[in-house]
Amino acid sequence: MAEQTDKLIHAFSALADLGAEIAESRDFEEMVRSTLHVVLGALGLRRGLVAEYEREPALLRFVAAWGMGDDAPNMATFDAGRAELLCVGSGLLNLSETQTRPALPQQLGTELTATLVSLRVSLVAPLVVHGELVGLIALGGKATDEAFTAEDRDVIRTMAHHIGVGIHNHRLLREVERRADENRQLYNNLRGIYRDTVRAFAAAIDCKDKYTQGHSERVGKYAEIIARELGWSEEQIEGVAVGGYLHDVGKLVVERDIINAPYRIDAKQSSELNRHPAAGYEILAPIRHPDADIPLMAKYHHERIDGRGYPEGLMGDEIPPAAKVVALADSFDAMTTDRTYRRRKEFPDVIEDLRSNTGRQFASDVVIAFCRALLKEVDGTPRERRITRLLGKGYIEPELVRPLLVELIEELEARAHATAGNG
Amino acid sequence: MGEAPAGSPVRSERTGDVAVVYAGDYLNKLSGERIERVCRERLREGCRALVVDFNETSMVNSIGVSILLGVIDAAERTSARLVFAGASGQAAQLFQLLGLTRHITLAPDKQTALKLLSEFTDAGAANH
Repeated sequence: MAEQTDKLIHAFSALADLGAEIAESRDFEEMVRSTLHVVLGALGLRRGLVAEYEREPALLRFVAAWGMGDDAPNMATFDAGRAELLCVGSGLLNLSETQTRPALPQQLGTELTATLVSLRVSLVAPLVVHGELVGLIALGGKATDEAFTAEDRDVIRTMAHHIGVGIHNHRLLREVERRADENRQLYNNLRGIYRDTVRAFAAAIDCKDKYTQGHSERVGKYAEIIARELGWSEEQIEGVAVGGYLHDVGKLVVERDIINAPYRIDAKQSSELNRHPAAGYEILAPIRHPDADIPLMAKYHHERIDGRGYPEGLMGDEIPPAAKVVALADSFDAMTTDRTYRRRKEFPDVIEDLRSNTGRQFASDVVIAFCRALLKEVDGTPRERRITRLLGKGYIEPELVRPLLVELIEELEARAHATAGNG
Repeated sequence: MGEAPAGSPVRSERTGDVAVVYAGDYLNKLSGERIERVCRERLREGCRALVVDFNETSMVNSIGVSILLGVIDAAERTSARLVFAGASGQAAQLFQLLGLTRHITLAPDKQTALKLLSEFTDAGAANH
C-alpha cells in the first residue's frame, strides 16, 4: 500500500514535470522528447517512442525514441481509416496481447504492429485531440518486469492526453508561424510592387522634362542617403526615398512647353509651374502610402526655412522634416546637373550655395547630414559610393572637395551651436 | 529526431576498465542527456563497468529516471556492470520503486562502488 502511494506521488510529480515541459519547450522535437522522458520516468519504462500523425500525406512521423538503440523507424504510412479507428476507441492498445486480440492489427495495421512488437513495445496510446488523431506514444515494459496496473494505465491515459494537446498546440503555433511567414512574404512582395510602381511613376514624371531625365530617381536616392545619415528608421528612410521619387508628380499637370522652355520662363509661366507642388499633393493624397507624409513631401519640397518658399510660405519647423530633406535633395540635383539654359555648377560653387542658403532655404541639420555622407564617401568609408556615382565620373576631386566639406560642416555646426546658445 | 543541446561538460574519470561519471546536483533532461552521452562514450571506449556518482545530486526527477534507464540499457547492451553510488535515501527509494535496482547495484559511496567492482573484475580475471 505504501509502495503504491509512493508510486502515485511520483506519478503526480511527473505530471507536473510534463506540464512544465509542454509549456516551456519552444522547440517541437525537444518538447516531444522531454514528454517521452517524463512518461518513461514516471512509470520506470525501459523504452518508448512518440510519433506525430500527419494527415497529408497520411503517415506517422516518429519524433522521439528512447531505449530503442538504432532500431526506431523514422516514419510509417498510416492511412486515414486507421487513424479514425484509433480515435473511436481512444483507449490503450496492448500489443503483448496481439495473439489473443485480432482487432489490434486492424487498428494499427499488420506492418506497424509487427514493427512495434519487434521493438518490444507493449502498449500503444493514441494521442487524440478534439476527436482527431495527432499521434501516438508506444511504450515498452516496466523495469520491474511487472505488468501494467490499472493505475499505470490511468497515468498513461492522462499523460497521453496532455502530450496530444502539447503536439496539437505546437502544430497550431507552427501554422500561425507559417501564415505569418506567408503574410510577411506577401507584404514584401507588395512593397516590391509599390517600389517598382513608384520608380515607374518617377520615370514617367521625368519623361515629361527632357532636360531632367533621371532627376526624380536621383532626388529619391539623395533623400535616402540624407535620411540614413540623420539616423532615421528604415521605414522613414523608405518613406523619404519614395517622397523624393514622387516629389515632382504634380508636373504631370503642368504644360510640357513650360517645363521644357529653353529659356528662363516669365512670371505667368513661373506661376503655372509653381502649381506643381500643390497639384502633386492632390494626386498623392488619396493614395494609402506606407508613409502618410509622402503627399506632404511633394507639397512642401519648395518651402524654405525663411518662409519665402511656396506654396504656403511655411517657416522652420512648420515644414515637415522629410520635406526639408527632399527640398535639399531636389536643389542639390538641380545644381549638379545641366539644364537647358545653363551648365551645372562646379562643386566648389555648390558648396558655396549650400553655405549661403543654409538657414534660409535649407535646414542646417539636413545640410550637415548630407555633407557628412559625402565626406564619408570621399574618405572611402562606405564601400558603395552612391553620391559620387550619381554625380558622374570626375565631377568630384576628393583632395579638393574634402577640405571644403570639412570647413562647411564645422561652420554650420558652429552656427547651429551659436543659435542654440542664443535660444 | 533531435539531438540534445550541448552544455557544461560532465565530470568523469577512468581507472582501468572502470569509469566514474558524476551526476551533478540536479539530474534533469539537460544534464541527464549529457551524462547518458558520456556513459555511452565510456562504454564505447571499452569500459566494462560504470559508476554513476550521485553524491552531489539533490534531486532526480522523472526525466532523470528515464535517462538513467537509458544508461542501464546502454550498459546491458555491452554487458557492462553498472553501480549507482552515493544516492540519497529518496533517490535510492525511487530507483527501488521503479525497478532500476533490478538492473544496477546500489553502493553508499564511490569508494565502496569501486571496491565492489574491483572484486567483480578480479573475479572475472580469475575466471579467465
